[in-house]
Amino acid sequence: MKAKIIITPKKAVLDPQGKTVQNALEHMGYQGINAVHVGKYLEIEVAGDREAVRRQLDEACHKFLSNPVIEDYRLELE
Amino acid sequence: MNFAVLQFPGSNCDQDCVHVLADVLGHSARLLWHKETSLGNADAVIIPGGFSYGDYLRTGAIARFSPIMHAVQTFAANGGLVLGVCNGFQILCEAGMLPGALIRNRSLQFRCENIFLKTETRNSPYTNAIPEKLMRIPIAHGEGCYFAQPDTLSRLKANDQILWRYVSAQGETTELANPNGSVDNIAGICNERRNIAGLMPHPERASEAILGCADGKSIFESIIAWQQQQAVAKAA
Repeated sequence: MKAKIIITPKKAVLDPQGKTVQNALEHMGYQGINAVHVGKYLEIEVAGDREAVRRQLDEACHKFLSNPVIEDYRLELE
Repeated sequence: MNFAVLQFPGSNCDQDCVHVLADVLGHSARLLWHKETSLGNADAVIIPGGFSYGDYLRTGAIARFSPIMHAVQTFAANGGLVLGVCNGFQILCEAGMLPGALIRNRSLQFRCENIFLKTETRNSPYTNAIPEKLMRIPIAHGEGCYFAQPDTLSRLKANDQILWRYVSAQGETTELANPNGSVDNIAGICNERRNIAGLMPHPERASEAILGCADGKSIFESIIAWQQQQAVAKAA
């Protein structure tokens, strides 16, 4: 199966990349852009029992793939 | 004194650290490959700067799981001295050995320049022998913006764990003197027990007059002075 992991900076953390992209969108004339957050997207091909896979990847997200001090993550199994 | 300088794939300040510790200060310093599992007879560990594992995923995120880091964690848990410089600081934060995290510079630019550094406390193994003046030390990083949650920041202040701040030539903590957007102009911190420290500036690049400035040397001299005091106290 395929696991999809979306990692975004926490709201309280300075996100200069998101801010720069937001400014660029505004300069290009796009209206109503309230905020942009630039994160990471990982796809992991993985085999095994669905619940075991979820548990394992959830741990990996917390320990390694994201840094809980500065980032939030969302894990989806396809 | 015996220093161990760690070497990860992508470290690039390791030789500079060994040079300063051995050739400039006359102590024993050896390189230790990250696949090693023991620190041997080391009295202190330096985690040098560079781009370990190409900075993939996050700076320091992969290096913290290298085999040698188990030994470093045990060493530090027993009170051993561990100093992380630049990428070393990032690795220590990723490992949870220092609080907070280092994120992309506010400017999104890699900053490579000399900055003024104010030592905020002499009460640590890393600052005790630093003279009462500002230090002029280079920085060279793209991800040096120190971030900590408000409660972590309060604890750092309450416990006198902020060792260095970026300041102006007049010693003021201004926005303009902050090269990367670090919260509260923080350039370096230590843990609560004060045996683990990290900083983004590169003292090993400013430890000889021939390089334009030798201010950074006093950080390494502090470690040596501290170790000697400990040895005297132990003998007494």
